[in-house]
Parts: sequence; structure tokens; C-alpha cells
Amino acid sequence: MNHPESAPLLEVDRLGLDLLVGGVHRSVLRDVSFSVAQGEAVGLVGESGSGKSMTVRAIDRLLPAGARQRGSIRFDGKDVVSLSGAALRSYRAEVAVVFQDPRVHINPVRRVGDFMTEVLRTNRSVRRRDAGARAVEMLAKVGIPDGERRLDQYPHELSGGLLQRVMIASTLLTAPRLLLADEPTTALDVTTQAEIMGLLDELRSDLGLSILFITHDLDLAAAVCDRTAVMYAGEIVEVRESRLLHDDPLHPYTAALGAARPLLDRTARLVAVPGRPLSALEAPTDGCAFAGRCPYVEPTCTSAAPVLVPADGGAARCVRVEALRGTLGGVPHA
Amino acid sequence: MRIGYLLRRVAMLAVTLLVASFVIFAATYVAPGNPLAALSGGKSLSPEAQTALERRYHLDEPFLAQYWHWLSGAVRGDLGVSIPLHEDVSTLIADRAWITLSLVLYAAVIIVILGIGLGLLAGLRPGWIDSSVLVISSMAAAVPAFVAAIVLIAVFAVSLGWFPTIGTGDGFLGHLEHLTLPAVALALSSVAVVARVTRTAIREEVAREHVQTAISRGIPQHLVVTRHVLRNAAIPITTVTGVTIASLIAISSVVETSFGLNGLGQYLVKSAQGKDIAVVQGISLVLVVAFVLVNLVVDTMYAVLDPRVELGARAA
Repeated sequence: MNHPESAPLLEVDRLGLDLLVGGVHRSVLRDVSFSVAQGEAVGLVGESGSGKSMTVRAIDRLLPAGARQRGSIRFDGKDVVSLSGAALRSYRAEVAVVFQDPRVHINPVRRVGDFMTEVLRTNRSVRRRDAGARAVEMLAKVGIPDGERRLDQYPHELSGGLLQRVMIASTLLTAPRLLLADEPTTALDVTTQAEIMGLLDELRSDLGLSILFITHDLDLAAAVCDRTAVMYAGEIVEVRESRLLHDDPLHPYTAALGAARPLLDRTARLVAVPGRPLSALEAPTDGCAFAGRCPYVEPTCTSAAPVLVPADGGAARCVRVEALRGTLGGVPHA
Repeated sequence: MRIGYLLRRVAMLAVTLLVASFVIFAATYVAPGNPLAALSGGKSLSPEAQTALERRYHLDEPFLAQYWHWLSGAVRGDLGVSIPLHEDVSTLIADRAWITLSLVLYAAVIIVILGIGLGLLAGLRPGWIDSSVLVISSMAAAVPAFVAAIVLIAVFAVSLGWFPTIGTGDGFLGHLEHLTLPAVALALSSVAVVARVTRTAIREEVAREHVQTAISRGIPQHLVVTRHVLRNAAIPITTVTGVTIASLIAISSVVETSFGLNGLGQYLVKSAQGKDIAVVQGISLVLVVAFVLVNLVVDTMYAVLDPRVELGARAA
């Protein structure tokens, strides 16, 4: 999975972000560090407001006006933050984004063919007919056999799952090296979700794509990702090998997330993470952000902000990591 | 599917025109005053002459028969005869229609270029450009056409002497010169309205997710603006611009009067004062037809611009 001899493709180092909220800068991301190697799939898991989508937007340079960024983001050794003009555009072609809801992320008044071939025609000067042929080919690759017909249709004439396949196929046309999948299956129904996940996994192994997979679902991340980072209130609280996160979590928040997932073979009442999720904007600066909801809280938790400590081949941001090790797995937190 | 949509629009247009023609005819029919009075110059006519004239102009027939007579003529392009002038109403209208048509077209060009241009600028450039456009357009929107006409004449025609005050001039350039101030007066408040709507539409589109997608795919900014922002904002902009231009047809009479232009609007007012009922009916009908046709064009554009428009989804 990790190639120690080569530098990672994407390297996010101590990323911090302040957004302009009502005229005041407020911190939404703090000390976010992770990397994605060539051909590796990394998950980024967290509740709404945890900062996972903002991380994606920072990587793709889609931050709202007035945002203030700290730390560095490097892609293939280049500093992403300093890119502009044509260099930024070609970077964006190498880093493709699959958005959550294809319905609103694809221009509704343009044909599917226009959406798919747009980048090829505007940035790569590929002729319309050739671009169309490549689009049909790519649609076939993502499991849409009647591409010719689809290209002539408008987005509202396609189902959500089909449209998400179109979105994925369109990102592949520019041969990207990294796919940022921002909750690509959240707007779809469960069976379609499984198909799209299968497709992403297949693309990774066939094309050697690196994938940063954003989701709120720990097990979904485990299904495709080698490693997963769990985010809470603008910080990474645990990074581990994905399969370990569910069975042997190191951070109480990861454990709570794992317990909160509905299982089809379990009839017990669905366990929710107790308390209200803290958004990154509300996170305290002098203690653990999860302390208010944590069943294992101690006085030390609120006296100083915890740092990410290496443990079990990963890292966890918990002062009690040694004390809690091995006790969090599979324990429901009522 | 699209053809069906358009056929429906055309059918509704025909019904609208029929109703409008009836209202126009009925209104002039019940209006006080005797259409023959203008002819006799205020003197009372002998009963024989009265009867002869009434027969000649079908004034002795029942209301519906008169309406039918007028409508069936109008469909063939015959709008009757002006009683005081003894001339075909169609000819009288045709002689003056070009002035109104040129004036409205000129104003429409100004509205499209300035209104959409300023709105686009304000929508894409938040900050002082946006604020200035907003302030100026708020003031301009509040200026009625006749006030604009007076101010424009005072400043640009009388004080500066750049433009003529009155008349229509000769040749294309002469017309252009003579019609510039009237067209600006006519367009002013509409430019403001269109600019504001354009600004709002652009702002909304810029914030749309699909625009973010386009940016994230590395599409150059000018193409993001033209292919996505402007293309999608064109739907509300076209609707408002079309309706605004259609309304100019009615306002043009004020501007024509202010600038002494011998157009349809001014003639309508004059004929109404002179009790030339056939001309009043004729001009009203022509104005309604023009208004409805502009709306048909807008509806057609709407169907072309938005593929999601379904059969009859946007009635009336």
C-alpha cells in the first residue's frame, strides 16, 4: 500500500483554515496532516461540520473569499497554495473532484455530452467528435453501455446513480492522478451506493488512481480505503489502517462513530453518538473538543489541547490513549 | 415536445388577441361622444344626412355586427376608414408605425447592451463597481420617461446642443441622431430594472454548485462565465428583458409627445382627443399585437434556453 521509496502524491501538512463568518475570522481546521500515496485510497471520516469538506475545498483551491490558510498542501512535490492561472488549471485537471450531488453539480441546461467533453475541448483542444468518442468509451468503462444516446440527453433525463457515473466518467477523461470523492454516494440509494463504491475501487486498481474518499460512514470508508483519518471539530482525532478503526479504535470518538452505524443483521435500537456534534467553529482551544460527549472524560482532558500521539501503526489525539487501548472495540456507548 | 409547447403558446396568443380586440372595440363603442361630430364640425346634421352617414360607416348596425365587421376586416389587414380624414386606417398607421418601431428597437438595443452589461459587471465584480451600479440604477429606475425626456432635452439638446430637440431627421444617420435622446429617455428606467435583475441572476448562478464544478475542472474563468454563469442566468434575464421591452410599446407615446415625434403613440393620443374612433381602435389593436408577439418571442426563447421546460409547464 505505501511506497516508502517514493514521496506521497498528496501531502497535507499542518493545514489550518480560518473562514470569514459574519466579518470575523474563525478557525474551522486545525493541524490537519495526512498524505495520500500513488494508488492509495485514504478515507476522511467525520460528522457534518467536522471540516472534511473544507479540507477537500482547500486541496482543490475552492475556498470561499476571505479564507485564511496555514500550513502546506503539496501535490507531486509542488506547493498547491502558490499555484495560479494555467498552472492552477492544469493542477485541477490532475486532481478531479467527484461531488456529492450530481443533480446540482452538473449544469442542468447543458447536455450530458457537453458536460463530459467540456474540459477536453476547452483545455486540451480536442475536437468535438474525438472528445465525444472518448466520452462514449469512458461511459462504457463506468458501466453505461448506450453512451451515444446518453450524450444527447439532458441531466434531468438521467437517474441519480447514472448521473454520478457520468460525473465519475467525466473526471476520468482528463486522466487525473488523484480523485477527491466528496461523499459521492450520500445522495444515492443504498444499492446504487454499493455499485458506485465498487466502481471507484475498480478504477483505483485498474488505473492506479489515488483516491481521497470523504464520508460520514466509517464502514463505507473501510470498504475502499487502506487508511482512514477520522475528523472531529476541525481536527484529525485518529489515523489508522481502515479495518482497525471499527474493531479496535483508539479514540473514543471513533468508537462512538463505529457503534452508531445501523447494521442490517442487528435488531437492537440504533445507537447514536451522545450529545450534539461540535462544529469546527465551536471547538475549544484549551482542551479536547470531544470531552463534552466522551464517556471516558477525565480532568486532564479539558486542561490542555491533546496532540496526535503515534500508536498502533497510526496516531490518535487522546491523552488517555494508553489507558483506553484495547477497551473501546465493539463496545456500544449508550 | 417543443413543437407542442410552441403550438400551445400560439393558440393562447390567438385567444388573447381575440379577447383584446373585443375589449378594445367595446371600450371605444361605449365611450361618450358621437363619431360623426368631428365630421360635421360641431354643427347639427339633418336627419337625412345623419342616417346616410350612419349607414355608410355601419353605425346603424347592432354592436356585435359592427364588431364582426371590424374584426373580419382587421384579420385581412383592413382596419376601416377614419371618418374625419377619409383615409384608410391601415395606411395612416403604416405611415407612422416605423417611427415607433425604430424608437422601441433603438431603446431595446440600449436596454440589452447597457442593462445586461451593467448587471453583468455588478454581478461579477463585488465592491465599488457593484455598489455604484446599484445606487445609479436605483435612481434611474425611479425616473419616469417624461421627466427623463425633459432633462435630456434641457441638457443635451438645449444647453450642449449635441442633439436635435425635435423631429425625425433624414436618412439613416439623421434618424439615428434624432432618435437617440428619445430612445435613451424611453430606455432609462428599463435599463435600471434589467441591470438589477441581471445582477441578481448572475449572483445566484455564480454561487451554484455546477459553477464550482466547472472551476474545479480547470475551465478558464471567461468560459466559466460565458458557458455556465451567463448561459444559465440568461433564462431569468431574457424573461425580464422581454417583458420590459414589450412595455415600452405603451410608454413610447409619452416620449413621442415630448420629442414631437409623429409616431403611433402620439397619434393614438391625438386621435382619442379628436374622436377618430377607427384610428384609436386600429392603433390599440396594433399595439396589442406587438405586445403579444414580443411575449411569444420571449416564451420561445425560454423554451430554447431551458431544456427542462415541459409542455405547458409555464402557462400564461
